[in-house]
Amino acid sequence: MKIEKEQDVVPFRNRVKEYAVTIGMSAVNQTKLITAASELVRNMLKYANGGNTLIEVISEGRNSGIRLTFIDKGPGIKDIALAMKDGFSTGNSLGIGLPGTKRLVNEFDIKSKVGEGTTVSIIKWKNG
Amino acid sequence: MDRIPILRMGKFLLVTIQVDLYDRLATNLEADLVQMVNKTGARGVLIDISALSIVDSFMGRILGNIGSMARIMDAETVVVGMQPAVAITLVELGLELKGVHTALNVEKGMELLHTKLNSDEEVEETEADADNTE
Repeated sequence: MKIEKEQDVVPFRNRVKEYAVTIGMSAVNQTKLITAASELVRNMLKYANGGNTLIEVISEGRNSGIRLTFIDKGPGIKDIALAMKDGFSTGNSLGIGLPGTKRLVNEFDIKSKVGEGTTVSIIKWKNG
Repeated sequence: MDRIPILRMGKFLLVTIQVDLYDRLATNLEADLVQMVNKTGARGVLIDISALSIVDSFMGRILGNIGSMARIMDAETVVVGMQPAVAITLVELGLELKGVHTALNVEKGMELLHTKLNSDEEVEETEADADNTE
């Protein structure tokens, strides 16, 4: 799903929710996942003027979950370790986006190349 | 343009957020509320977020801003009706909702605003009394 403007955020969140409901994720985990998704989509809009998202249902043994991938062709992140620190922000925000988002999900993976873009993928397990 | 309605009830303003807000709607609400506090001289703002399924850092910041701005204009803000899952998520995310009071529901929120207002007035009265006796 393409994200190009701020009005795309709510429909994207709704789509994530549909998938979460389909696999029977609990309300608390749904809320955490959707909040995390919202943070990442906002980041993408703010720093890279949008990008592409991917929603996948995955399973590992008996456990199932949702993987969300956010791909942008923005400026990239110079120092990922610094960006993952609480309280750090280059934009005019609270600086809780990335580290806060990481706390909400089970797996968090970020890859970035300066000048090429950033790819973030998160996984939230149904029971996790 | 889309707007969230703001209701006036005595000395208070009531806002019920019924839809998931996109950014423009949220920033409009922030501006409208401050305008309304100014226009009506309201002493309290009550925001019902029971219909919000998520509050992310952006929305949290808007709520915090409203609280701070209203306080500067001598009005207290109380946010009511937060869903349990939203509260859990906010804390894990690291968002504290500074500058706003919270209450379980609209009724408790109104009580809180009344108590705040009354205690303010009592202080003013006792100060006035003290002035008179001097």
